[in-house]
Amino acid sequence: MSTIDISLIVNGENVQQTVEARKTLVDFLREDLGLTGSHVGCEHGVCGACTVRVDGEIVRGCLVLAVQCEDTIVETIEGVSDTGEIAALQDAFQRRNALQCGYCTPGILLTAQELLKSGSAKNRETIRQYMSGNYCRCTGYQAIIDAVEAVAQMHGSKP
Amino acid sequence: MKIVADLPSSLSVLDRPNSYIGRSVARPNLARLMQGRGQYVSDMTLPRMGHVAFARSPHAHAKIKTIEISSAKKMPGVIAVVPGAELAKVMTPWVGVLTHLKGIKSAPQHAIAVDRACWQGEAVCAIVAKTRAQAEDAIESLEIEYEELPAVVDAETALDPKTFVIHPELGDNLTFERKHEAGGVDKAFQEADETVETTFIFGRHTGVCLEARAIVADWNAGDERLTVYQGTQAPHMMQNLFAKHLSLAEHQVRVVTKDVGGSFGIKVHAYADEMAVAALSKLLKRPVKFVADRLESFITDIHARDHRVKAKIGVKKDGTITAFEIDDLTGIGPYSVYPRTSGIEANQVVNLTGGPYKCSNYRALARVVFQNKNVMCQYRAVGHPIATAVTEGLVDLAAAKISMDPVEIRRKNLIPDDGYPCSAPSGIKFEKLSHHASLDKIVRMMSYEKLRAEQSELRKKKVYRGIGFASFIEVTNPSAAFYGVGGAKISAQDGATVRLDAQGAVIVQSGVTEQGQGAEAVLAQVVASAFGVPIERIRVITGDTDNTPYGGGTWASRAAGIGGEAAWQAGKALRENVLAVAGSILQADRRTLDIRDGLVVDADTGRERIGLDEVARIAYFRPDTLPPGFQAELVATRHYVPRAWPFAFTNGIQASYLEIDTDTGFVKLLRHWCVEDCGTVINPQLVDEQIRGGIVQGLGGALFEHCVYDDRGQLTNGNMADYLVPMAGEMPDMEIGHVVSPTADSELGAKGAGEAGTAGAPAAVMNAINDALRPLGVKALTEMPFTPERVLKALGHV
Repeated sequence: MSTIDISLIVNGENVQQTVEARKTLVDFLREDLGLTGSHVGCEHGVCGACTVRVDGEIVRGCLVLAVQCEDTIVETIEGVSDTGEIAALQDAFQRRNALQCGYCTPGILLTAQELLKSGSAKNRETIRQYMSGNYCRCTGYQAIIDAVEAVAQMHGSKP
Repeated sequence: MKIVADLPSSLSVLDRPNSYIGRSVARPNLARLMQGRGQYVSDMTLPRMGHVAFARSPHAHAKIKTIEISSAKKMPGVIAVVPGAELAKVMTPWVGVLTHLKGIKSAPQHAIAVDRACWQGEAVCAIVAKTRAQAEDAIESLEIEYEELPAVVDAETALDPKTFVIHPELGDNLTFERKHEAGGVDKAFQEADETVETTFIFGRHTGVCLEARAIVADWNAGDERLTVYQGTQAPHMMQNLFAKHLSLAEHQVRVVTKDVGGSFGIKVHAYADEMAVAALSKLLKRPVKFVADRLESFITDIHARDHRVKAKIGVKKDGTITAFEIDDLTGIGPYSVYPRTSGIEANQVVNLTGGPYKCSNYRALARVVFQNKNVMCQYRAVGHPIATAVTEGLVDLAAAKISMDPVEIRRKNLIPDDGYPCSAPSGIKFEKLSHHASLDKIVRMMSYEKLRAEQSELRKKKVYRGIGFASFIEVTNPSAAFYGVGGAKISAQDGATVRLDAQGAVIVQSGVTEQGQGAEAVLAQVVASAFGVPIERIRVITGDTDNTPYGGGTWASRAAGIGGEAAWQAGKALRENVLAVAGSILQADRRTLDIRDGLVVDADTGRERIGLDEVARIAYFRPDTLPPGFQAELVATRHYVPRAWPFAFTNGIQASYLEIDTDTGFVKLLRHWCVEDCGTVINPQLVDEQIRGGIVQGLGGALFEHCVYDDRGQLTNGNMADYLVPMAGEMPDMEIGHVVSPTADSELGAKGAGEAGTAGAPAAVMNAINDALRPLGVKALTEMPFTPERVLKALGHV
């Protein structure tokens, strides 16, 4: 199996690694870097559990290959938690019990944060539409929408 | 943000000072999960760990003629190639039957198929390699020769004499049959002014846990112990099964369950491939990991529902229901699932149909048949969505036939709230239900009259909206009557051990498990209240057979009602023990003391006497200062099992408001309501979120989710793009209300709430769809899921 050397920044740390060309970004993060907060759900870009950020934009970690991330900046749930960037969302999710098993939650939080940053979390309907690419089997979504809406209102949609 | 308000308090034995019962306390494990620091089994690695991939049968039914493994063994990273016959030397097969389901039969099932594969997806060979990718690569090098056998696909013809018998030694394809008759059914139908007959069809669907099934098994040949890290709902049940089929003693097996990425009943069964992983670890003397990929999940996670119910109701002109009759047929795959069997769902349909109503004339037939599809077994709300949709569908059709309002016909026929205790015609027993209070409450919550007026106005503009109700009952807090009496080693009782640590905090170990529903929060609330400390000083440990009391785990909505009561009693017992120590230190009568907010106080005045940290310090480090002969006991264990009632039935009602686009067939859910009575509500927020999540799972089955098989027994949509689940954009906001009828079987009085949402939602939606389309003269839709295609067909548009 062919391998390729890559160099990138993950959660602020320089990473140089040799990876199989076929390895997805989420498998690379989980297996090679031990960043297991990004989860694997459907393995083909539907469920959003593997959502991570590459150069500031969210991507599906199962649809991006690790080798495509050469010279990029990758941020995962561990990184944005430690910087405090999503603290308001995490607080709202906790108060509203907007997660149960928690498996979808890292992807949900990163997606919600992108929505909030875009300033387009105008109402529940917008939030519901935007969050529709992230599956949750436990909550029925209402608590998630409530929590995101609460943060949007708190910050005038600008966290 | 709507933070759920605490319930107004009513004084009872639970009203200790600073009680947490009835308060929306946040779960202790949320921060970890939100930071990506959970510990799911799929995240685990151990030294020398191998990864397994399975070669799976591409055929629904085939003889395995040869498996050529020599090329696969030479592939990079391969540790072992193990066909079924090889593994069968380490692990014995099982048969999924229970003695209390009279006549149920099944055939021996192996961890890996030995000479015949009975469904598309059954494992036929395992390959363990250094990585999962290498194991999958090696699978490609296996040469497996199959000889296809006739596939039994259609449940409807499974019992025909000319149909191939899947297990010839069983004589036919009938797994289980139950007949039940109560009252005078034929006479009751004759006395009816109208009868309605229809056939309800419930598509096969599955749980789609976002974290697939995952297991790491680690046989330590030095210790002669097997440690299994498994995403399961029932660690002690699995401990028993691993031990039994590997010929070990139970104490040689430890099952550890950390975070679990969704369960819903999917993870409460013994899966052949997971059993195989334990056997492979024993065979190879090293840790072995298996995480199902999404395709494997769709073809091997248990499927659910798949019922065809012919049903009939009799009604008088005044609305009195005279009789119910059902004929249920369900196909369950080639094996009855171990150890809970695949006969329970049909059995539940017989038990529950007609359950909310006074009508005492009831006839039921349920037949469970084998077929060459993936196995089917208990999934969230087992049998309830079927029984509820059949019952409530019939009631609405009867109401329409006699032009009676659906609320009115329910008022007339629901068991009166003062009519308890009583039994249903199926024989199930009710302690105390509140159908009428629930109905009255939901009618108020949804402003029913106003909604009807709106509906009627919009119809003039050709906007078709529907309102649908579903009264339901739910089995919770099961006693040994569910499984134990049938011979399954599935504990109905549960235990809790509580311990005062050396700084005055309390450690709780419980046999129930956390699947995200909030069991650990509930246990912390209960112990904090019973013992008397701030909740921050409680640490809860679950999911470890070495370190928790023996218990059943989490299923059948039992964690709060049974595990919670054990924890309540243990907390009280520890309080007595600690007061004995405090009394000894203070030279005071222990009866004059209490523990409140983490302090030992005078019971009368609340005046602080001594801190728990000080009690612990003296008991643990200066016991020499205690009176001679006095021994402090700072651990207490209590167990609990319901005894007075075989099950704590709950009840409730749901209502759906939706709009149908008659051009596209799309159903738009506008609002959903549920009033539910689970007895004492320990944590209102967690109960409400269980109900909301359950409703959406029920809505999924009603509108989207369907495992579509072709006539060769091939699953045609086994991926998340083609198998649809509810998404945020199409789900409604749900309003939840409560009526509180505690069970007298426990001091807490809590019944279960985990499955109520799923039990009632499909029926409510079905009734709303038919309510919306009724003015168009459409024949009632009774086949789930209600896809746009089916709606358009009903409208005659396609």
